[in-house]
Amino acid sequence: MNYTMSIKFENVTYEYPTDGSPVPAVRDVSLEITDGSFVCVLGENGSGKSTLAKLMNGLLIPTKGDVRVDGASTNTEDEDALFAIRKKVGMVFQNPDNQMIASIIEDEIAFGPENIGVPREEIEERITYALEAVGMTEHRHHTPYKLSGGQKQRIAIASVLAMRPNTLVLDESTAMLDPKGRREVLNVIRELNRQGITIVLITHYMEETVHADRVIVMNEGSIVMDGTPERIFGNTEAIRRYHLELPISDYLAEKLREAGLSLPHKIYDEKSLAEEICRSK
Amino acid sequence: MSIEVKDLTYTYSPKTPYAATALKGVSLHIEEGEYVGIIGKTGSGKSTFIQHLNALIRLQSGEIKVYDIDLNAKKPDLKKLRGTVGMVMQYPEYQLFDETVEKDVAYGPRNIGLSEGEIKERVREAIELVGLDFEEIRDRSPFELSGGQKRRVAIAGVIAMRPRVLVLDEPIAGLDPKGKQEILALVKKLKNAFSPTVIVVSHDMDSVAENCDKVALFADGEIARFASPREVFYDDELLARTEMDCPSVVKVVKELDKLGVSLPTRPVTKSELVAALTKGGRDE
Amino acid sequence: MNNIVFGQYYPSGSVVHRLDPRVKLVMVLLYIISVFFVVDYAMYGALFLFVIAVALMSKVPLRVLFRTVRTIVVLVLITAIINLFFTQGDEMLFSWKFIHIYKEGVERAIKLALRLILLMLFPSLLTLTTTPMELTDAIESLLSPLKLIKVPVHAIALIMSIALRMIPILMEETNKIILAQKARGADFDTGGALKKAKAMIPVLVPLFVGAFRRADELALAMDARCYSSVATRTKYKVMHLALRDLVASLFCMAVFALVFLNKYLWPFDEMILSLWR
Repeated sequence: MNYTMSIKFENVTYEYPTDGSPVPAVRDVSLEITDGSFVCVLGENGSGKSTLAKLMNGLLIPTKGDVRVDGASTNTEDEDALFAIRKKVGMVFQNPDNQMIASIIEDEIAFGPENIGVPREEIEERITYALEAVGMTEHRHHTPYKLSGGQKQRIAIASVLAMRPNTLVLDESTAMLDPKGRREVLNVIRELNRQGITIVLITHYMEETVHADRVIVMNEGSIVMDGTPERIFGNTEAIRRYHLELPISDYLAEKLREAGLSLPHKIYDEKSLAEEICRSK
Repeated sequence: MSIEVKDLTYTYSPKTPYAATALKGVSLHIEEGEYVGIIGKTGSGKSTFIQHLNALIRLQSGEIKVYDIDLNAKKPDLKKLRGTVGMVMQYPEYQLFDETVEKDVAYGPRNIGLSEGEIKERVREAIELVGLDFEEIRDRSPFELSGGQKRRVAIAGVIAMRPRVLVLDEPIAGLDPKGKQEILALVKKLKNAFSPTVIVVSHDMDSVAENCDKVALFADGEIARFASPREVFYDDELLARTEMDCPSVVKVVKELDKLGVSLPTRPVTKSELVAALTKGGRDE
Repeated sequence: MNNIVFGQYYPSGSVVHRLDPRVKLVMVLLYIISVFFVVDYAMYGALFLFVIAVALMSKVPLRVLFRTVRTIVVLVLITAIINLFFTQGDEMLFSWKFIHIYKEGVERAIKLALRLILLMLFPSLLTLTTTPMELTDAIESLLSPLKLIKVPVHAIALIMSIALRMIPILMEETNKIILAQKARGADFDTGGALKKAKAMIPVLVPLFVGAFRRADELALAMDARCYSSVATRTKYKVMHLALRDLVASLFCMAVFALVFLNKYLWPFDEMILSLWR
């Protein structure tokens, strides 16, 4: 995947079909996601972030405007063109159980490549690559039933990786996991990004955005903030307004600053906060 | 004492090659009015334990008394028990079934044998307690509500039975920050209303530290420790042995310890930490 | 829980387990047909020996195999009894009031019982030595010629595969829903049939709603991975026929051939009796 790729939203609006007047889930959004970046989309439930995700690979087609992947519009009747887009932009969903169709992990990972007509021998290689990339090689012949949530989501990621996408979109893929599972998945994502895969992480946990290049905040269908994690973390008023929640170390930093301690404005984890507190005394 | 558990042992599929002992001689006394957090790795026995409290799992070995209901009796009064110990399962919104919100919330009260008049009153009370507009929502189908509303309707269905003990299995699972705060506030509200005893199973150490009076740490089918959050989360040997994480606040304090900044108190909540640091944490 | 679906599967790793599942499936079908043509006691005996031989080769303990017959014990008894009392014939053996038992009735009862038991045994061996996934693959492969007449073979196989995957999940979900409703005082045990049926509504509705929701989400995930019912797809897992499959097939078919030979050409029972005299 050595060519520059981008996902471009041009004045995209999406309205879910309802009886009566539809309320747009995404309103007039324009945005470009560049190759190799690690983008987080933050927002509370109902902000439109999940809808935004599904617009990226044509699972939903804009009511107005256009989404282009590498120049090609997702609004197409041509199945081949749509497949080409979905090969490039892979998606992992929220519920670990509702993404798997097979009883054996190997078969599950083969499903994607089979669908796009990859020859047998190559499928074999891709399965090996995908399992290794997510650290689940020893589970190749196992059934997914006994896996933990984090392990299942890693398999889901592997199943998409086997299609060799440019971009991985994760639609709240950590929301149903316990803290351990969430860590496992985030580690895999960071590693994949390091290897050049573009990551779009949809989430409502601010702590997941600390390693992103770019954080987009959505509210009621529109993009209300777009910048580095530091910029977003620093804007306490906006965080409150959009019902986000600072990770505790950053919340503590704010409170301590209010109480008089001079702590520099940056993103904190427990260790760096302790260091700064120590320094300020 | 509202709940007394003695030597509880439970094995799944006993006498088969798949036998698995989930609880090994667990004993616990919970006083009325306590807000207890149950923590532990997946598979440590937490779910098995709480399902004994309202007899969803039949007692195999050990003694359980909930107020004056003895679960060791030949035929314990299950209806009374389930009206006393109200349990909200994980993702409770997936258990809604009836045509209207009102009917669904009435299911519990009706099952435990209340009169029609009382049912009507309880349903209204419960729906309003969870922060929903009774008149607006009563005739709507539960299936057309938003996720957050559904969860609240499900909780209303349990509290409509006015349980004296409220057990919640991961009540904030899958919620966004706003939803999480709302549910935690709701639980506090319910505790002050008529469920003085609250038991919460959770993976979120932070909310457990902020809200709970006592913490029961489960490991390998046993209770490794049952004490205040302060005692449990500062017990380093315990946490290492049970492979448990501690709340962010405690992590910060432990990091400060490493750097030689020792605080006079052992804070577990955010406000305690801020107070400790602004009233003067001293350098060693 | 996983063991419910694979419940029958007995992983003794024998050569029978390693046979191509298509071969096993076809042999079972031929067997079933053959059983309907068995005539003589000698042939029944031969078939039993055949089943036991295969069971021994598959290293499945005989008690495990015969346990599967337990489920049809009642059916066998009822069939036997009906045939015993209601078959007319020439040679009356026993008579009391309106009950007449004929020799033909006894023979019919015994043979039908044997037939039912045989019908249960060999297919059970199939599920004991073949995983549901293998069976799904086998069915897909055997049906694939139907692709020529536009039968959606892969879609059918996919449906079976998804069902296999979802069965343990849905069972667990049912259990969770039952617990949740019990926690709200539901009673699934007392009352007559109608009351019990009504009591299941609070379980069935969420289950069905949940199942549809899962299906929706699954379809979306499949779309995201380019699933298409029309486009050509490749197949990762291929099944290879080996020498052991050929040998097994020949052996089985020889035994089945005996059944037909017995019926149309060589009356074994008579032959054995005449030898004995």
